[in-house]
Amino acid sequence: MTSTKELEKKLAALMKSPDLFEKEIRDLKSEIAISRGGEKSLTAWETIQVARHKDRPTFKDYVTGMFTDFIELHGDRRFSDDLAICGGFAHLGGESVMVIGHDKGKTIEEKGDRRFGCALPDGYRKAMRLMRLAERFGIPIITLIDTQGAYPGLEGEERGQAEAIARNLVEMAQISVPIICTVVGEGGSGGALGIGVGDKVMMLSNSVYSVISAEGCAGILWRDGSKAPVAAEALKPTAESLLKLKVVDRVIQEPSGGAHSDYAGTFEALREAVLSELRPLKKIAPAKLTKKRFEKFSAMGIYNE
Amino acid sequence: MAWFSSRKATKETFSEDIWMKCPKCEKHIFKEDWQNSHKVCPKCNFHGKLTAWERIGITLDQNSFVELNSSISPADPLNFHDSKGSYKDKTSEAIKKTGLKESVVTGTGTINGLSVVVAVMDFRFLGGSLSSGCGEKILRASNYSYDKNLPLIIFSASGGARMHEGILSLMQMAKTCAGIARLNEKNIPYLSVLTDPTTGGVSASFATVGDINIAEPGALIAFAGRRVIEETIKQKLPDDFQTSEYLLEHGFIDTIIHRSEMKTKLHQILSFYGR
Ligand SMILES: [Zn+2]
Repeated sequence: MTSTKELEKKLAALMKSPDLFEKEIRDLKSEIAISRGGEKSLTAWETIQVARHKDRPTFKDYVTGMFTDFIELHGDRRFSDDLAICGGFAHLGGESVMVIGHDKGKTIEEKGDRRFGCALPDGYRKAMRLMRLAERFGIPIITLIDTQGAYPGLEGEERGQAEAIARNLVEMAQISVPIICTVVGEGGSGGALGIGVGDKVMMLSNSVYSVISAEGCAGILWRDGSKAPVAAEALKPTAESLLKLKVVDRVIQEPSGGAHSDYAGTFEALREAVLSELRPLKKIAPAKLTKKRFEKFSAMGIYNE
Repeated sequence: MAWFSSRKATKETFSEDIWMKCPKCEKHIFKEDWQNSHKVCPKCNFHGKLTAWERIGITLDQNSFVELNSSISPADPLNFHDSKGSYKDKTSEAIKKTGLKESVVTGTGTINGLSVVVAVMDFRFLGGSLSSGCGEKILRASNYSYDKNLPLIIFSASGGARMHEGILSLMQMAKTCAGIARLNEKNIPYLSVLTDPTTGGVSASFATVGDINIAEPGALIAFAGRRVIEETIKQKLPDDFQTSEYLLEHGFIDTIIHRSEMKTKLHQILSFYGR
């Protein structure tokens, strides 16, 4: 990766003829902002680039760096083991938890096997199987969200992508153990929400969460995919916006430079946030917990009456 | 009707007042037949889209319907503008055009004497999209079912979440499903009727999790768009892909019911619940 310093040097050179290199300068400025990460000055589009950064921690980094004793549990017991969603038992600061998340993979091969973290119905059904298992034994559930969206393909439709996600939304509303969801990278639409219904919903400061990708929205409403940066601003997918809209409860500040530049700092910040939310939730009686979760999601939305 | 199919719509007999073209098979049909069959083509069985009020008219007993929460209308939480203008203007236009305030009409009434709560989506209102207001109305309908112990029937017709409301529209999926979850716990019947089209965020929330999922014939029911899938997997998809019949075959629909039989069958199904 090119360092911020090198990029700045390049920018200084281009700035000598600003008219000639207008587009290059704009792109470079945005690249510099991204490589710095975590700073207030990022546009929505730049934040999306940070959330998608190739070096950003993925699920396996979190389970090894932040949790201990992870035991991966495979398969939906219906059709397959979808690697785009990974889950299993783990310890977090002395607490036994079920950790479940989208896994984008790191190597080219892993990314292929995981369809870059875009899950099939099998993945959502695996997640639900693990959640029900955790529930039976009173184990809290931690989900880590990082996906462009559910996988759009023939087999997904054939096996009920829509129903798999919908079923999770219904069942996550009923599960009687604490659920804490954190968007750690991309929160892409229904594919993200499919493991995103919890007592607490949090976001890392450079993550994004949106009903549709900026590119998809630009394609539909602007009829021009290249208008994605404009669509990104309009969709307001940043953590700060979601906190204002009361969709998330908490934004976890990433280390300066962004999660991709400081894994240990990111894990520490997330661990601290999860544990501080988890402890009070564990004291709430199961029936009250699901009632409060229902009330939390009931309150979402802004309309006139 | 044998005389009908043998008769040709010649230039002399063709009149826009009497004849129309079926949107599907493009054959000429009597406007009167189309209206009498509630927008079903007598030649190819194509089920056209009904407005929410047309649906209520053919489903609930006459004068039994009482609307609930009719004053809910869209806000503009993101101050959203796209290349064609503002979301505010779009919603005022939709309100003017349809006479509705949101993409769903909700209320109570009876089906052959049985009391039910219904939520009926209307595709004319911004493609029947799921917004904060729409989600709120559906949740309140399911809460009404819960409080009064009445069966809930939702007729879906939607292109999915309303992206002009950003993340709040996505959250309506979780919100409506949380309402359905409560009905399940109290064993209150929830019938989902999927009509053309039911896609995206509506198919991935309340529409596919009925105790019984019913579809009208030939409806488009999908999660992802056909074009997106073809671009992703780089291959052509079967013709019947994402239709009611395709979903029935793959196990996601309990039954396909013709529009002319819908009311009778809904009543019949509910009577099995001991209602
Ligand atoms: Zn026809």
